[in-house]
Amino acid sequence: MAAGAAPDRFDFVRASKDAALAAIIAAGLSFPILALRAEPDIDNRLTLQGRWSWLFIAALIVFVGRFLLAIFDIRPRRKPATDEALPASAYRAARLIGPAGLALLFVFPLAVFAALGPQGSLKWIDNYGIQILIYVMLGWGLNIVVGLAGLLDLGYVAFYAVGAYSYALLSTTFGLSFWICLPLAGILAAFWGILLGFPVLRLRGDYLAIVTMAFGEIIRIVLVNWSVVTNGDAGISGIPRASFFGLPFTAGPNGFAATFGLKFSPIHRVIFLYYLILCLALLTNFVTVRLRRLPIGRAWEALREDEIACRSLGLDTVKLKLAAFALGAMFGGFAGAFFAVRQGFVSPSSFTFIESATILAIVVLGGRGSQLGVALAAAVIIGGSEILRELDFLKQIFGEDFDPTQYRMLIVGIAMVMMMNWRPRGLVATRAPTIALGERHAIAGALVKEVHG
Amino acid sequence: MHRDPLLTIEHLTMRFGGLTAVDDVSFEVRRGDITALIGPNGAGKTTVFNCITGFYRPSAGRLVLSSGGFDANAIIALTNSGRRYSKHQGLFLLERMPDQEIAREARVARTFQNIRLFTGMTVLENLMVGEHNPLMRASGYSVFGLFGLPAYRRREAQALDHARAWLDRIGLTARADDPAGALPYGAQRRLEIARAMMSDPTLLCLDEPAAGLNPRESAELNELLRTILDEQGTSILLIEHDMSVVMQISDHVIVLDYGEKIADGRPDEIRNDARVIAAYLGVEDEGEVEEIEAALGAGQGR
Amino acid sequence: MDVFLQQLINGIALGSIYGLIAIGYTMVFGIIGMINFAHGDVFMLSAFIALILFLALTQFLGMTSLPLVFVLVLVAAMALTSLWNFVIERVAYRRLRGSFRLAPLISALGMSIFLANFVYVVQGPRNKAVPPIFSEVIHITAGPGGYNVTLSYKQILIVVVTAVLLAAFWYVVQKTPLGRAQRACEQDAKMAALLGVNVDRTIALTFVIGAALAAVAGVLYMLYYGVVNAADGFVPGVKAFTAAVLGGIGSLPGAVLGGLLIGLIETFWSAYFSADYKDVAAFSILAITLIFVPSGLLGRPDVEKV
Repeated sequence: MAAGAAPDRFDFVRASKDAALAAIIAAGLSFPILALRAEPDIDNRLTLQGRWSWLFIAALIVFVGRFLLAIFDIRPRRKPATDEALPASAYRAARLIGPAGLALLFVFPLAVFAALGPQGSLKWIDNYGIQILIYVMLGWGLNIVVGLAGLLDLGYVAFYAVGAYSYALLSTTFGLSFWICLPLAGILAAFWGILLGFPVLRLRGDYLAIVTMAFGEIIRIVLVNWSVVTNGDAGISGIPRASFFGLPFTAGPNGFAATFGLKFSPIHRVIFLYYLILCLALLTNFVTVRLRRLPIGRAWEALREDEIACRSLGLDTVKLKLAAFALGAMFGGFAGAFFAVRQGFVSPSSFTFIESATILAIVVLGGRGSQLGVALAAAVIIGGSEILRELDFLKQIFGEDFDPTQYRMLIVGIAMVMMMNWRPRGLVATRAPTIALGERHAIAGALVKEVHG
Repeated sequence: MHRDPLLTIEHLTMRFGGLTAVDDVSFEVRRGDITALIGPNGAGKTTVFNCITGFYRPSAGRLVLSSGGFDANAIIALTNSGRRYSKHQGLFLLERMPDQEIAREARVARTFQNIRLFTGMTVLENLMVGEHNPLMRASGYSVFGLFGLPAYRRREAQALDHARAWLDRIGLTARADDPAGALPYGAQRRLEIARAMMSDPTLLCLDEPAAGLNPRESAELNELLRTILDEQGTSILLIEHDMSVVMQISDHVIVLDYGEKIADGRPDEIRNDARVIAAYLGVEDEGEVEEIEAALGAGQGR
Repeated sequence: MDVFLQQLINGIALGSIYGLIAIGYTMVFGIIGMINFAHGDVFMLSAFIALILFLALTQFLGMTSLPLVFVLVLVAAMALTSLWNFVIERVAYRRLRGSFRLAPLISALGMSIFLANFVYVVQGPRNKAVPPIFSEVIHITAGPGGYNVTLSYKQILIVVVTAVLLAAFWYVVQKTPLGRAQRACEQDAKMAALLGVNVDRTIALTFVIGAALAAVAGVLYMLYYGVVNAADGFVPGVKAFTAAVLGGIGSLPGAVLGGLLIGLIETFWSAYFSADYKDVAAFSILAITLIFVPSGLLGRPDVEKV
C-alpha cells in the first residue's frame, strides 16, 4: 500500500485509492460481526437483525481516517517507531503547567461551588474532580513501579483492592476510624506488594507483566469466592463515612455543618473528600519526586536502564525491586481506602483486570516516568469517559439503546494502540536529570530505556 | 620481585550442558599488577570473567580474593567453615557469592565487552550510581534523605566531588550533564571504567577495554589504567585482543585456548612462547607446533 | 473410576480447544518474541463470526444439512478471522518491531481491550445461546444405578477436527517453504532477510495461521458450550497462554501438550475440588510455571547473556 519514498506533494488520487482499499477491507472485516446482530426473539431463539447502515458508517470512518492520515503524512512508515523530544520551548512551558495546575486544583471545588451552588457543583466535584484525582493518584503510584523501576505491573488493581477491603473490613468489624485505617491499609497493601513481588523478581519484563496479571486475577477471584469474609459478589456495604477530624458530615447538632454554623448540605462532605484525595495524590507526588533525587530513585532508573550493569555495581536489585513494589502498592492501598470511604461500599466488580489496564494505560499514555504526563492522561481518560456519560442527546440520533459510555474502553483500546505507534514513550517523553553540575537539560526519550527487556 | 596474590583461581571449570567452556584453569592475579587474560576468540576469557564477577556460578574450582593479605591457613579455615566470606580478614570465596555481593562486599568491579552504560541518564548520574551503596546508607535507606537531613546532603556533596575528580580524569567534565548514550564510543568506554571506579574497588576487571578504540584513544586508555593502578592502588585484570596494549602495560599475561591455560608469564616470555604463537596462528597439529618452535628457535618460553 | 473416565473425556475435548489457541500464542512468540495479548479476543471474535454465519446460513438461506453448514461455517470463520488478524498485525504490531521491547505488548493489550469492547458494543452485552447441535451421545458405561459415562458427538468432532487440522498444520510448518522461512525468522530474522526470506510476509502468515487455528477453536467452543459472550476472550485466552507457557513457549508440540494438560487439570479440578476456584488453578499454574520453569516442559532453556 504505502511503500516507497514519501511524495513531495500530496497525491490526491493515490490517497483516495489507498483510503478506498482500506474502507473495502474494513467493510469486509466487519461484514458479519457489525452488519448482523444476533438478538434473542420472544421465544428466546437467536435471530439476526441486519444493520447495514453500521457497515456503511464503519467503512466511511475508515475511509476518512485513512485519507486524513495521508494528508498529514503520518501514515505508517517502515522505520521502527521512535519519537523525538519536544522542543525546548515546550519543555519550558511544561514547567509552568505544574504550579498553574496545582493552583487550579486547589481553587476548583470552591470556584465550581461559587458558580453553580451546592446542587449544581456536586456532579462536577464528585464525578470529575474526585474521580480523576483517584486515578491520578493510582497512576502516580503505578508510575513508581512502571515508570521509575521499569517493572511492568498488570495487576496493580490488586493493591487498590487490598486497601479498599482493608478499610471496609477493619471499620465494619472492629469499628476503627478512617484515620487509623488509612495507614493500616497502606501498610497491608505494601505487605502484599512484597509478598507478590518476591517470587516474580527474577522474571523478564513481559513474563512479569503476565504473572502480575495472574496475581491480580487470583486476588479478585478469592474476593468473589471467600464469602465468609468478603461477602462475595454482594460486597461489603455500610462502610462508615469519613468524618472531619471527628465531626461527622450529618445534619444533626454535632455535625460538621452545625459546628461551623453552616446550613447542612451533602456538598460539604464531597468537598472534604476532594481535598482529602488531593492531599493523598500530592503526597504520592511529593514522595516520588523526592525519592527520584535520592540514591534509591537513581538506582531504580538505573535498574530500568540496565539490570546487569546494576548488579556489576553492587546494587541490591532484589531489595530495590521490592521497595518499588511495596511503595507503589502502598499508594495503591491508600487510594483503595479512600475509594471505600467515598463509596461506602466495596465489591469485587470494582477491581477487575480492566481497572489495571486502565491505570496502566494512564501511565503509558502519559509517558512513563513523567508525573505531569500521567496527571494529564488521567484527566483525559477518566474525564473523557465521564463526558461520554453526558452525551445523552446522542440517544435521539442513534436510538434508545445507544449508550455512549460503552465506547469508553473501546476508545481507550484504540488510544493505546495509536499511542504505541505514534509516540511509544507517551505524551511527555523526555526525562529530566536528577542531579547536574550545570543547567539541567531534558533527555530525549529515544535514549531512555523502557521497562526491562 | 614477587607480589602477594590478590586473586587466586584454582581449578576453575565451567560447563554449559555438555560444553566445557573453561577446563581446570588456575592462575593468580597479584596485588598492584595489571594482569592480562588473552587468547583467541572462544577461548573462554569472558567466561572466566563472568565466574570471577559472579555472573556465572562455576561448575568447579575455588576463587579466592584476599584483599586483606594472603594467608593460606585462613583460606582453608574459611573454606571449611562453609561461609562465603570473612570481611574482617578480607577473604572472599567468590565462587560462593552472587554477582551483586561480589561487587558490594568483595569490591570487585567490572566493565563489559558491549558497553553497558545507563544511556538515558547523564554522565554524572552514571557516576553517582557507581557510588550507590555508601550513598544509600548515608540516606538512611531513603528515610533521612526523604526529609533532606543535612548529614545526607553533606555525603552527597562529597560523592559529587568524587565524581568531579573522575570526570576530570576521563576528560568528560564539559559533558557531565549530557546523556551517556550521546557520547562517542571511546568516551563511553572511559565513562564505564570511571563508573566502576566510583565504588573504590580492590580489583577492576575490564572486558576488552581497547576494543574499537583508535590509536590515540588506546594510548589515553593506557594512561588511565596506569593512573588507576598508581593513584588508586586498584589492581587490574583485563581481557584484551590488542597485543600492543597487552604488551605495553601488562605486568603479567595469562593465555587461554579452548578453555585451557596454555601459558602464564611476563609479556616478554609470552611473546616468544611457541604454543601461544601456534594458538594465534590457528595451528592444530602438535607436530606443526614443534616445527614452528624449531623454526623460531624459541621453545624455552614455557 | 467412571467419574474419572467421564472427566478424562471432557478434559481432552476442552484441552483440544485450548491447544488450538495456544499454538497462535506460541508461534507469534517464537517468531517475534512478543506475547500477543489480543489472541484470546481474536478467538472470541471468531466464535461470534461463527455464530452469526451459522444463523445466517440456517435462517436466511434455510440450509438444513448440519454437516454442510458446519464445514461452511468453519471455512468462512477461518478465512474471516485470518483476515482480521492480518489487519491487526499490520495496524498494531508491524511498526513496533524494533521499538522498545514492551511496546508491542502494550499495543496488544490495547488491541485486546478494543476487540472485546468492539464486540460488546456491536453485539450487545448478553450471552448468545445457540440451539444445541450434534448433541447426541454415546453411552459408554451404564451400569445399573451406576454413573453414566457418555461421549458426545460434539466431543468426537472436536477431537477429530483438532487432530486433522493439527496434522495439516504440522505438515505446513515442517515440510513447506513457508515453514522453513518461519523457522529461519525464528532463529535470526535479520539473517533470514539477508538470505532473501520475506520477513514481513512470513510474520504476517504466522499471524494468519495462528488466527485460522484460533477460529477453529472458536467454532468448536461455540459448538461445545452453545453460548458466547464478548467477555469470553480473556479467560480462555489466559488459559491457552498458560498452556503455551506450560508446554514451553515457542514449542509447537508443547502448545498442544500444554493445552491438553490445562484442559484436564481444569475439568478434574472442577470435578474433585471446587468449580469456583477453577480459574485460580489456571492462573496459579501460569504463575508457578513462569517463576520456576520458565522454559516449560518442552521448551529450550535460555542462558542469560552478559
